[in-house]
Amino acid sequence: MSATAALPRQNRAVTFWQSTNGKKVVMAVTGAMMFLFVIGHLLGNLQVFEGPEKINAYAHFLHTIGEVLWLVRITLIVAIVLHITATVQLALRSKQARPVGYSRKEAINSSYASRTMYWSGPIVLAFIIFHLLQFTAGYIHPEAQFIEGDVYHNLVSGFQVWWVSAWYIFAITLLGFHLRHGLWSMFQSVGLAHPRHTLALKNAAFLIATLIVLGYISIPISILLGIVK
Amino acid sequence: MTLDAKIPSGPIELAWDKARFDMKLVNPANKRKHSLIVVGSGLAGGAAAASLGELGYNVKCFCFQDSPRRAHSIAAQGGINAAKNYPNDGESIYRLFYDTVKGGDFRAREANVYRLAQISVHIIDQCVAQGVPFAREYGGTLTNRSFGGAQVSRTFYARGQTGQQLLLGAYQALERQVRAGTVTMIPRTEMLDLIVIDGQARGIVARNLVTGELSVHIADAVILATGGYGNVYYLSTNAKGSNVTASWRAYKRGALFANPCFTQIHPTCIPVSGDYQSKLTLMSESLRNDGRIWVPKMKGDQRSPDQIPEDERDYYLERRYPSFGNLVPRDVASRNAKAVCDEGRGVGKSGLGVYLDFFDAIARVGEKTIRERYGNLFDMYQRITDEDPYKVPMRIYPAIHYTMGGLWVDYQLQSTIPGLFVLGEANFSDHGANRLGASALMQGLSDGYFVIPYTVGNYLATNKFKKVDASHSEVQSVVAAVQQTTDKLLSIRGKRTVDSFHRELGKIVWDYCGMARTAQGLETAIGKIRALREEFWQNVTVPGSGDDLNQSLEKAGRVADFFELAELMCIDARERNESCGGHFREEYQTPDGEAQRDDERYSYVAAWGYRGPGNTPELTKEPLEFNYVHPSQRSYK
Amino acid sequence: MKLTLKIWRQKTHKDKGAFVSYTVDHVDPEMSMLECLDVLNETLTERGEEPVAFEHDCREGICGSCGFMINGVAHGPERATTVCQLTMRHFNDGQELVLEPWRAKAFPAIKDLVVDRRSFDRIIESGGYISVSTGQAPDGNTILVGKETADQAMDAAACIGCGACVAACPNAAAALFTGAKIAHLSILPQGKPERDRRALHMVAQMNAELFGNCTNIGECTGVCPKEIPLEVIATMNRDYLRASWKKREDLEATIPPATEWSANRT
Repeated sequence: MSATAALPRQNRAVTFWQSTNGKKVVMAVTGAMMFLFVIGHLLGNLQVFEGPEKINAYAHFLHTIGEVLWLVRITLIVAIVLHITATVQLALRSKQARPVGYSRKEAINSSYASRTMYWSGPIVLAFIIFHLLQFTAGYIHPEAQFIEGDVYHNLVSGFQVWWVSAWYIFAITLLGFHLRHGLWSMFQSVGLAHPRHTLALKNAAFLIATLIVLGYISIPISILLGIVK
Repeated sequence: MTLDAKIPSGPIELAWDKARFDMKLVNPANKRKHSLIVVGSGLAGGAAAASLGELGYNVKCFCFQDSPRRAHSIAAQGGINAAKNYPNDGESIYRLFYDTVKGGDFRAREANVYRLAQISVHIIDQCVAQGVPFAREYGGTLTNRSFGGAQVSRTFYARGQTGQQLLLGAYQALERQVRAGTVTMIPRTEMLDLIVIDGQARGIVARNLVTGELSVHIADAVILATGGYGNVYYLSTNAKGSNVTASWRAYKRGALFANPCFTQIHPTCIPVSGDYQSKLTLMSESLRNDGRIWVPKMKGDQRSPDQIPEDERDYYLERRYPSFGNLVPRDVASRNAKAVCDEGRGVGKSGLGVYLDFFDAIARVGEKTIRERYGNLFDMYQRITDEDPYKVPMRIYPAIHYTMGGLWVDYQLQSTIPGLFVLGEANFSDHGANRLGASALMQGLSDGYFVIPYTVGNYLATNKFKKVDASHSEVQSVVAAVQQTTDKLLSIRGKRTVDSFHRELGKIVWDYCGMARTAQGLETAIGKIRALREEFWQNVTVPGSGDDLNQSLEKAGRVADFFELAELMCIDARERNESCGGHFREEYQTPDGEAQRDDERYSYVAAWGYRGPGNTPELTKEPLEFNYVHPSQRSYK
Repeated sequence: MKLTLKIWRQKTHKDKGAFVSYTVDHVDPEMSMLECLDVLNETLTERGEEPVAFEHDCREGICGSCGFMINGVAHGPERATTVCQLTMRHFNDGQELVLEPWRAKAFPAIKDLVVDRRSFDRIIESGGYISVSTGQAPDGNTILVGKETADQAMDAAACIGCGACVAACPNAAAALFTGAKIAHLSILPQGKPERDRRALHMVAQMNAELFGNCTNIGECTGVCPKEIPLEVIATMNRDYLRASWKKREDLEATIPPATEWSANRT
């Protein structure tokens, strides 16, 4: 017997956040924000190839617009917190949704990238923390002196340490995997998918993720090879 | 006993209007005080429960499956007829009526068929409004095709899944009423007996298939929409769960069973491949629109089909029936396939098969068009047989598909027990001795959406209902009887499985009461059925208990009823000394092998009444009058 | 050929289940998976043991009753095929097949390979329909639906409700099932008027049923016997997103999930 009872009026945002679909939208939107940062950051970093003056000037410029920089930083932190909160809540829910697991389970249709989001995400997060401590705060700086303001020096001396570069390349590759699924998935989550575009979107996601990975890892590789000194 | 079909007087075109006007109405405020039971959730049952819920009645709907969406109506492939005349090709209500009466070989009741044709146009509208994705033209209008030998295009379809889409429409309407609180859906629950108190059907006893509990449900009227009994043959195109139990228990409580021997053999099924075979898969009849049926001219020709040159092939339907060719009605197509196989010209390992060849059609319209029309059917065929029908002709053979017989009902769809209504395939009324393609969906929905909401109201408004509850002595005795049968089945613990009995029973009925019957064969069959039934009650084994999910027990109860039904089918077939529609008695055929009807002696509905175990059932005849479509020899030549 | 079937046996939902291995000799390559189980069950019954309970009805791939995991894949190795139409020619002589029921919180176990999928009915009940009562319909051709629109709706409407999508999803999500119905009805002009309400209610019910969340990975569509496209989930998300932020009336409460099977419901 299911007589229909009306729910008390609820705050739209609360209801939305409470639904799995709403959380996925939040993940998509926050993911998109972080993706934009990843692009911006890459464009900034690639200036390393144009010599110390250029990139140091760029870094200096960023510091002169302090309020904007902090606005971006806070937005990114909020995005990260929301992205992670939603993920953790959804993951816990999924775990409850199948209390008895299969003795055997094969994946037949999903990409490796999509199945490893739960791994690639936390590792990339750990990397970001390390990365901030190394290049922004300067707490970790093996083998060389951290010079506040001399981004070029910090970069080159940092990446000349082989394991820093290796860790960097590894994490960026995982970020690429994360983006390869995430970039397509965000369209699906906000409902902007259509059979006609799916293949194009998936290919675009793959292409963009690959370009981002290549762009980022070109820096440590160039430094290790001595192209950038 | 005399049977009053309650056909309204006056011209047939106005009969349904008149009947509706004559019916008493239930005050809207009183509707929710009336409780109704609907057994079955297919097109007829689902549509009935939804429509009655919409009117405000207090409805309980039962199905034995886990969800109402599983009902076997879902498997209908080809389409649904309606006298819309959208293609402007000469269709009319009168023509659909005429074709149905003629196609049924003049053994259906004219007034019912006329009403069916009238209502057909509303069904399409209703289903479109529900969101059934019928096939469309580029301009957005509904598409029609010609189907099963009709010379007009009156069939609406949704790919090869018309039954599924119509059923989902009814299921969704039903779920909407469940949400609204007017219908309570009770799945995984099987009706095991009917409660009749003071001559009125007042409820059912049902068994919960998960817990084994028996429960009593009391109502003011009971509506059976429990489908056909084709599974008496074991191998049929019916779902494995389809059964006669609900109808049969109603029969044993006093409802008459009409024309049980009228069973339909569908000509285009995938042939049997081995002893383990559990069911037969239908390939939609629409395939005959483009496929050509043939066998080799030579007996025992073992060559592969592409090695047999054109002039050594016998396109026997085109040869014998030049005007209808491959589109002759189902009974004719099936009988001819059997005949050529009996001559030893059948194809495939078993020799029980004929070719359905698309080579010419592909050459004519291209593989792409054929794929659009039949793609999913071809895929299904390939999945099952591992042969590619775009390259190798399909092999098909007839199989039991539909049963025209069923519980006797009057024009109001009420059985001989007041308050017991029977809808869809479970009743006998509209298809006579042979059903035309794409008419079953039409009848189920017509009964459920548009007939029963009126007629059940009339019954409720014109009768008084005493208060009855589960403690009533009659209710208690019905519950006890059901419990006893269950206990008995569990206690035999013999040596043979239920399926082995069912298989053997099916073979007897198929051999003697299948596509061709003789008086002597039917006599033999009756003896064999009785002997086997006796063995069943001595030697069947039903493992497990009665208080959890026990699929063997479910099957055992159904097979026990099939035994009794099989005997009645043979008795009915033996009684009917003529050939008509799906009932072909070898003694009664024209010199060229066509069915020979005997309108003088057999233009009636044979309604059988139960007279206790071991007694011969009593035959009551409802004479059929044909005032509009005059009986003639069906000719498809 | 000869096969070993390692089958999950569980008497009732209260009992603890376990795998039991059976050998089936004389498996014919033309048999369906279910016919192979029939053969096993005949042997078990003759020995006086309880046969393996599995759900099945039409056995032609349309009713959606049947389904279980075969070697970790819902409905087994063939794409677009339910277990009733899966012929044994796809397996090799001597192979071991692990048969396991769908596993999800929202699909409680009943017996052996049979699970309770009433959560799907409740999702439909909460709004998976067009609210039109019998007799209210205009003529079928007054609602024009372009061929492509009709085809797209049909692609989504082909869902048979078997539950393989949930079974295959690592999160046990019902997004493909719910999305298919939402897409079917919201693509068609008939379904537009209550599009927002439908999405809100169906999604709310889906979330009330303890299904997991969709991570867009697509295992569901890979095992779907009707190959329902993943984009139906996007349609659901879009409709839900749109509806959530529009001005709307109060929602109806979700239907409490029932897990018991009581016979004497009134």
